[in-house]
Amino acid sequence: MKLSRNFLKDYVDIKDINIYELADKMVKVGNEFETIRQLANSDSLVVGKVIECEKHSESDKLSVCKVDVKDEVLQIVCGAPNVREGLKVVVAKVGAVLPGNFEIKKASILNTESNGMICSLLELGIDKAFLSQEDIDGIHELNNEAKVGEDPNKYLMFDDYIIDFDLTANRGDLLSVIGMAYEVSAIYDKKVILPDISYKETKDDINEKFTLNVETKNCMAYLAKMVSNIEIKDSPQFIKSRLIASGIRPINNVVDISNYVMLETGQPLHFFDADKLNKDLLITMGDDFKKIKTLDTVERDVNKEDILVTDTKNPIALAGVMGSYDTEVTSNTKNILIESAQFNKTNVRLTSKRVLRSEASSRFEKGIDPNMTLFALKRACHLLEKYAKGKVNKGILMHDELNKDDKVIEVKLSEIQNTLGMEIMSKEVVSILNRLGFIVKNKGHFEVHVPSRRGDIEIKEDIIEEVGRINGYEKLIGNLPNLETKRGGYSKKSKLLKDTEDLLSSFGLDQAINYTLVKDLDDFSFDLDKIIISNPMSEDKKVCRQNLTSSLFENYKYNSSRGAKNINLFEVGDVYFKNNGYDSKILASGLMSGTYLLNEFQGKVVDVDFYLVKGIVTEFLDSFGLENRYEFIEEDVPGAYHPYRSVRINVNKNHVGYLGQVHPSLSKNEVYIFEIDLSKLMELKVRGVKYKEISKFPTTTKDLAFIMPKDIKSSEIERHIRKVCSRYLKDLYVFDVYDFNDGNKSLAFSLTFEDKTQTLSDDFVNDLLNKIIKNVEEKTSAKLRDK
Amino acid sequence: MNEKVKDIKNKFESDLKNVKNTKELNELRVEYLGKKGYIQKLNPLIKDLSNEEKKEFGKSLNDIKNFISKELEELKMKLDKKELEEKLVSEKIDTSLPATKFSKGSIHPLTKVRREIEEIFISMGYDVVEGPEVEFDLYNFEKLNLPKNHPARDMQDTFYVNDEVLLRTHTSPVQVRTLEKSEGDIRIICPGKTYRRDSDDPTHSHQFTQVEGLVVSKDVSLSHLKGTLEEFAKKMFGDSVKVRFRPNYFPFTEPSIEVDISCFKCKGEGCSFCSKTGFIEILGAGMVHPNVLKMSGYDPEVYRGFAFGMGIERVAMIRHEINDIRDFYTNDIRFLNQFNRKGGLEDEA
Repeated sequence: MKLSRNFLKDYVDIKDINIYELADKMVKVGNEFETIRQLANSDSLVVGKVIECEKHSESDKLSVCKVDVKDEVLQIVCGAPNVREGLKVVVAKVGAVLPGNFEIKKASILNTESNGMICSLLELGIDKAFLSQEDIDGIHELNNEAKVGEDPNKYLMFDDYIIDFDLTANRGDLLSVIGMAYEVSAIYDKKVILPDISYKETKDDINEKFTLNVETKNCMAYLAKMVSNIEIKDSPQFIKSRLIASGIRPINNVVDISNYVMLETGQPLHFFDADKLNKDLLITMGDDFKKIKTLDTVERDVNKEDILVTDTKNPIALAGVMGSYDTEVTSNTKNILIESAQFNKTNVRLTSKRVLRSEASSRFEKGIDPNMTLFALKRACHLLEKYAKGKVNKGILMHDELNKDDKVIEVKLSEIQNTLGMEIMSKEVVSILNRLGFIVKNKGHFEVHVPSRRGDIEIKEDIIEEVGRINGYEKLIGNLPNLETKRGGYSKKSKLLKDTEDLLSSFGLDQAINYTLVKDLDDFSFDLDKIIISNPMSEDKKVCRQNLTSSLFENYKYNSSRGAKNINLFEVGDVYFKNNGYDSKILASGLMSGTYLLNEFQGKVVDVDFYLVKGIVTEFLDSFGLENRYEFIEEDVPGAYHPYRSVRINVNKNHVGYLGQVHPSLSKNEVYIFEIDLSKLMELKVRGVKYKEISKFPTTTKDLAFIMPKDIKSSEIERHIRKVCSRYLKDLYVFDVYDFNDGNKSLAFSLTFEDKTQTLSDDFVNDLLNKIIKNVEEKTSAKLRDK
Repeated sequence: MNEKVKDIKNKFESDLKNVKNTKELNELRVEYLGKKGYIQKLNPLIKDLSNEEKKEFGKSLNDIKNFISKELEELKMKLDKKELEEKLVSEKIDTSLPATKFSKGSIHPLTKVRREIEEIFISMGYDVVEGPEVEFDLYNFEKLNLPKNHPARDMQDTFYVNDEVLLRTHTSPVQVRTLEKSEGDIRIICPGKTYRRDSDDPTHSHQFTQVEGLVVSKDVSLSHLKGTLEEFAKKMFGDSVKVRFRPNYFPFTEPSIEVDISCFKCKGEGCSFCSKTGFIEILGAGMVHPNVLKMSGYDPEVYRGFAFGMGIERVAMIRHEINDIRDFYTNDIRFLNQFNRKGGLEDEA
């Protein structure tokens, strides 16, 4: 809402109030603004009269003018096509600074001296959007009554400030200058002066020409009056400049008056050409009519939720949004029917959402003061009589079911004090509410009578807020609430997420956070029933993700293309799917590539490979207390994984994730990814850490190597080793793998034995080794390699 | 006899001067003090001496032994020191060669800020609670006093899955879910991802992170809200930070408040960082609307509540002077790696 200072000062006395201070106070009571600016801002402008105008001897387009500016006669070279003798014009004298820091200097144009500039309104800083074509094409032609020598900005009433407010959605009442005046009057404790709504009526009665029938409850009020014999012309300057200041382009006096009254009162009006209407007006829902050609010449479908103004035969307006083309006021219009009505907010909202959001529809959507509907109608009659020579017909078409009574809300002083948490006195409360125009009866509690214009005030908390904001929150002193003293805590999920993040980052992976919405599902996971956005912003963000690895792979490509070599990332977050409703699970995923611990000049380089990532996943699972409860299984993996370098991760035989290389068709560099379903881990229970006594006796380490066909898995040999010596086996690892390139390989194991009760004798250990060899050779085709 | 001792002493003194290292020193030790050394060789001569002479010779023999031992010991210390020095010099490395690269992973700045906020409120007795991101219209809007077609719904453009299901536009539905299953006092914060149908640009992101707080009790007030946020702001931004309330409108709170903190860069004097206002807008808050309490089974005549919500991206952008919100979601490792610093040491003012 753009508020013009000149406009506002008609309704509340602000002549001694600085505009910036006013804006600041408005912010303090909750009305934020974006900008304050002057409508036009230039010094050394003066009204001049062109007393001589001749073509420049060297140019067809230029004229050499003698301009009387009262104190002197200036020679000015002017390029405008419409400059001519006798015209009153805006002159920027030498030394004037026009908007855009454009300083006027004495100049010589094609050897002719020029002492100033004759200005267009554009040059005064008025936006093109608010100007007529003539004003865009040439200099501004001032009315002949403008006095030579006076300040043209004053004459044009451009000496105005505009505060552009960014209002909250509940304050529909502030979408009018009168509403603003009430707010300002509450801040400064001043009176609001309402405008003149008087007019004379002719003997002609509207009721002899029209009938009104309202069929729908969604039209709560429909008031209409007729004004005859209007004269269509330019608006008076004060209307034009106030419309421009308010962001509306002036058209002609009749259209402008409709807009002016809307700005003034907040009540949108619609003017029909009365001669183009059939006599029986009918307000109805969009059921019986299919189409309407609106005044923007678009043929539109009518929807069921549209409220229609019709003349029974044809729809003449989409109520609250736009009138019909056929009944529009044109330059030939003589008689007009003024509509001032109230429609259901929701219907107007739905229609305007589909058709057009306008100044009018946005006011309907937020609700209009029921007491303004008749007032605005009368105000329009007053202005049409005064500025369009209109004759106001007797009588009114009226359907009115609005409740215009004050709302009565009861609130106790203690409720105000306890909710605000401040010791405000009864007297202060009453004074604040009175300033807002609320009548207060003190009956032990307050009985507050809220005027109809404040549709946003419905319950006692609203009254409390009014008291709080007008009193000023800077007076509120902060205290901590008196609640039980305790420390709060994380939920199980937050705790797990936090630990996972810490753990994965401790392995050297950087945490990534990616978008939930993705292009579509991909090969990084097996599809579950997907959740699709019905109104996506773009094709690449329309489905809820079902894995994190594909986004991490995108991050890899992004970083890689910018020259990064060692890219190690993880993400912990939700993925989404349908499952008897809408469901999600928490995944922890990682991506690793390049080298890990690195010192090139010493040759200490650890390439990221399957086993490194397996190590990280293992350490991850161990850290959560899942030692010995997981397996890596060569079973189905999603298509984005390398089929022979990837595994499923099972915990307690349940599938919880994947680990492997990204399929070489997606990346020529080796990139490894893993995914672990934390939701599944969360269901598991683990034993608390119980101290195991450390053996006092020394350990013995022995090596064993077996030769076997290549396809035998290390894990199989390991299983058969453990089987016979688990009681004494403290540690086992593979320290060598050798491929004979004849279909056989050798696996060398290092075994560490220990007993908690004694030092193991050589004989005992040798015996154990023999048992192991025997078991492995019996159960598999592996043979002991020479010792 | 003493002449012999004197000769040995003289010879030793001249030999000692030629010793260059511990090896030669040890050889010298053996030569003089060893079993077949010069001193030992004098021992048999003693038997031919008179008692008087024996005594005297024994003493001078002992003296020369002590003298040699002492001299050798002194030289050994010197040589050891010298040799250690030489060894150290020979071990000299080029410390300017590059360090071995450890890959300490980083925690995302949004996670860091979120945790910091969580810790502050946990210490004030708040529990951390989560809720679904794919949410029902009922919880995201209706039960927050935003019925269908309420104009304030325009404040939050929404991604819909269907008429009843959407991506939550704020973390407030967690409040509703918590109210519904609780009785009595509530003190929670709800952090999480939220979504708005906005085009991504430097200051807008269709996905962002919020932390929302809710306190419900029989006696809480706007003053308590202010006190709580002052406490939070001090811990988060420093002791000198001031909190300013401005009236605002949210459908789910009444009264509703916009909360600013004094600019911690210019201490409220006005700088380019705070657009010369001295204040930075940080969160929205208010007293829980009685309809919200009522719809979730709390009697607003008995209980009151306050709620507040802030954008984590905004806090992180203010804290680290990040100009483009999209940087949080690009996951450029050159961005991520700038935040892997531990707390511990205080930031300079």
